[in-house]
Amino acid sequence: MGLFDHKLRDIHELLHNKELTVTELVEESYKRIEEVDEKVGAFLRLNKEAALKQAAELDDQLAKGQIQSKEVLFGLPVGIKDNISTKGLKTTCGSQLLDNFDPLYDATVVEKLASANTVTIGKLNMDEFAMGSSNENSSYKQVKNPWDLSRVPGGSSGGSAATVAAGEVPFSLGSDTGGSIRQPAAFCGVVGLKPTYGRVSRYGLVAFASSLDQIGPITRSVEDNAYVLQQIAGYDNRDSTSADKDVPDYLAALDGDIKGMKIAVPKEYLGEGVNEDVKNQVKQALQHLEDLGATWDEVSLPHSKYALATYYLLASSEASANLARFDGIRYGVRKEQTNLIDTYKQTRTDGFGDEVKRRIMLGTFALSSGYYDAYYKKAQKVRTLIKQDFEDIFLNYDVVIGPTTPTTAFKLGENLDDPLTMYANDILTIPVNLAGVPAISIPCGLADGLPVGLQIIGKHFDEESVYRVAHAFEQATDYHKQKPEL
Amino acid sequence: MSFETVIGLEVHVELKTNSKIFCSCSTEFGAPPNTHTCPVCLGHPGVLPVLNKRAVEFAMKASMALNCDIAEMTKFDRKNYFYPDNPKAYQISQFDRPIGENGWLEIEVNGEKKKIGITRLHLEEDAGKLTHDEEEGHTLVDYNRVGTPLVEIVSEPDIRTPEEAYAYLEKLKAIMQYTEVSDCKMEEGSLRCDANISLRPKGQKEFGTKTELKNLNSFTNVLKGLEYEEVRQAEELSNGGEILQETRRWNEPSKKTVLMRVKEGSDDYRYFPEPDLVNLYIQEDWKEKVRQEIPELPDARQKRYINKFDLPAYDAGVLTQQKAMSDFFEEGLSQGGPAKPLSNWLMGEVNAYLKDKNKEITDIPMTPEALVNMIKLIEKGTISSKIAKKVFKELIENGGDPEKIVKDKGLVQISDEGEIRKMVNETLDSNPQSIEDYQNGKDKAIGFLVGQVMKASRGKANPQMVNQLLVEEIKQR
Repeated sequence: MGLFDHKLRDIHELLHNKELTVTELVEESYKRIEEVDEKVGAFLRLNKEAALKQAAELDDQLAKGQIQSKEVLFGLPVGIKDNISTKGLKTTCGSQLLDNFDPLYDATVVEKLASANTVTIGKLNMDEFAMGSSNENSSYKQVKNPWDLSRVPGGSSGGSAATVAAGEVPFSLGSDTGGSIRQPAAFCGVVGLKPTYGRVSRYGLVAFASSLDQIGPITRSVEDNAYVLQQIAGYDNRDSTSADKDVPDYLAALDGDIKGMKIAVPKEYLGEGVNEDVKNQVKQALQHLEDLGATWDEVSLPHSKYALATYYLLASSEASANLARFDGIRYGVRKEQTNLIDTYKQTRTDGFGDEVKRRIMLGTFALSSGYYDAYYKKAQKVRTLIKQDFEDIFLNYDVVIGPTTPTTAFKLGENLDDPLTMYANDILTIPVNLAGVPAISIPCGLADGLPVGLQIIGKHFDEESVYRVAHAFEQATDYHKQKPEL
Repeated sequence: MSFETVIGLEVHVELKTNSKIFCSCSTEFGAPPNTHTCPVCLGHPGVLPVLNKRAVEFAMKASMALNCDIAEMTKFDRKNYFYPDNPKAYQISQFDRPIGENGWLEIEVNGEKKKIGITRLHLEEDAGKLTHDEEEGHTLVDYNRVGTPLVEIVSEPDIRTPEEAYAYLEKLKAIMQYTEVSDCKMEEGSLRCDANISLRPKGQKEFGTKTELKNLNSFTNVLKGLEYEEVRQAEELSNGGEILQETRRWNEPSKKTVLMRVKEGSDDYRYFPEPDLVNLYIQEDWKEKVRQEIPELPDARQKRYINKFDLPAYDAGVLTQQKAMSDFFEEGLSQGGPAKPLSNWLMGEVNAYLKDKNKEITDIPMTPEALVNMIKLIEKGTISSKIAKKVFKELIENGGDPEKIVKDKGLVQISDEGEIRKMVNETLDSNPQSIEDYQNGKDKAIGFLVGQVMKASRGKANPQMVNQLLVEEIKQR
């Protein structure tokens, strides 16, 4: 059993009892990366020198005094998705355009982790600008699924999920715009949470679709996940869309008691297009939850069939504006031409990959005069209906449950030439982003040796119920203990 | 054919908040390039805007002073365009929910009052400043200005002459200065104006095709540009030509408008709601609080000057046109200055001096108190009006205390009867012809004699006394 198979709290105990040093922990992380990351490809960049220096300082602090029991994250190694701004540590978003980009500031989540004395191990691979479901859109290298290296890890936070599954770090941060935390968490058999929109500050997250993006933790267990969210959640006066609401004690929700909880299972989530093995694992999971005292009913989210189209219009529209600043003039890789317009064009032609260009074009089109009402505006209206679907169901139910993805991890290259099939991968995760509600993906068994993810969706700002159900399920099963062989 | 001119103005006014609209960088003018910048206003990856509350309040104040309705819900939108002055490649502006709508202001041209409608007032961020270096063949960007809060004020096409446009701008500037939301310094770019102008045959309802004038960097150039364009369009139309929808640039050296580009349809800025900001709801109590901050506006002041001090409407208008001038007047009144003489000095000598030296009233060392004290010296008879001009020159150029100037320079008026009578007799002795003229009914001669006495006294003799004593002495001869 690797060191990072332990829960965060257990690693904390080892540090607390001086059975382990932070330096040993950090070295263990780099050792594991050296052993397996050539195969997995999770890291784009390591922060080794600074991390070891920080580890030594933290060990000094440890030697001088004890760490408090609440400082569970003290000294723990973390991997950060490469679209989260880290001062002095290059942040490329997986794009050649930002190959040389060294941010001037730390994202709020990075500051919050720093205040808990975590140690940043490096920056994690991802689909370029978080656009993709397989990590095949990274402009650097392919992340591979630790369960089967011929398969994709999911995306766009493929590096963040794969590194945790491969035991390189005990936890990581990802970002989720349409499933980018949950889908790779499902494919890699780890726990990934997309918090409520506004729960975690977006300041320093390089925007893809501002009204949908949310940073969240990827971990081995639900409890670990709650510890990380506890640290990064909360209002940030630098993000007007972050919620000025108290952060509850998420750990307190993990009491295993789900008796009487009411679960809604949308028939659309177990319908056509969802793989039979995946359906079976989810049905089994529902049986487990029933055994624990919860009840479930089949319900309908009637507008979920429009979610994919709505998402690709809105997310691409916002992206077309968000990515317009990357022109190579003030930062990034400039492709100098004889005049300004040609410099813009060449920089963006060379700097962006196909998928990014596809979405910029789609978004630009959808916002154009004469099309705005038919596309962008209509999509906003449908988004309201999708949100309403969830609100209606949450009047009578505590959580909504279904699979995270229609299939298990697919083969590398399998969907590469077919963007629409690739997009359909996110059909079960996208409605959650459109509604702004929180959702987690947790392992619920294997199908043909590949992990299946169970998605638990909660009410706005009710991560507690999501965690409660996820934790109870995890305690009653052994699925989270299954590990890939590398 | 005779035409009617239709003009609409779009004015951008920089708000003088201490910090920028979406970050805490300073808005100070004139700092070294790119020193008032941060990741937020530079549009670095991952940053987010946070709305400056004061900027919203200034926009509300300006809206209220322009009689606009204040939106209950207002929001921001992204205006997308690629240009180096715009580091995010979109400007955060307001598209369909501006802060203020349906306002008006009143102008007066040739004694006629007229209301000009204001379509909307919205809040947005300013862009950076580009400097084109022709010799080196490159362009330099200064991002100090990027993110400075700006309001765009769009008028209804209610303006009918270039003079009305000029009056509109003067009034708009006065209102912005009175409410203290902007300095409105055109030379620093804190007020910028674009003008739309079209002609239509008299009596026709539909508007003609308009051209948009840019680079109007002073009110005078707005006037000249519109006058030129009015003539150009009339000639074009009279000759059976057609006006194209185009953007034209005022060329100062040639005093002409020149074509910049022909517009084909409208530019597509792909506006959409700014997802990084939330909708802003303006509650009644906030509105009321802001309304309390609005001071007496120029129209109200003008009315007060007319009613309370009996000033002519024209004078009251000139005095209130600029807040600084009006404030000078108010300060003078509070120092016990008599309204009419004070007004006369400001309207006359002070304005003439400012115009001549191209200065603002805030640039001169003379205080309102000093001017009032000088006026008091005249009224007491300590100095003559003629001497006062010397004192005034000293005051307006170098400042100081008028009593001390009068004393130091020996300018006190001679009102001693014996002394003046002596000078009168000396003058009469050497001008027998003038006495004869006067006695023969040539009243003018007395003026000449007064002048001679004044000259002899180096201007210090009390002129009324000189006049009176001359008449007395001639009668006795």
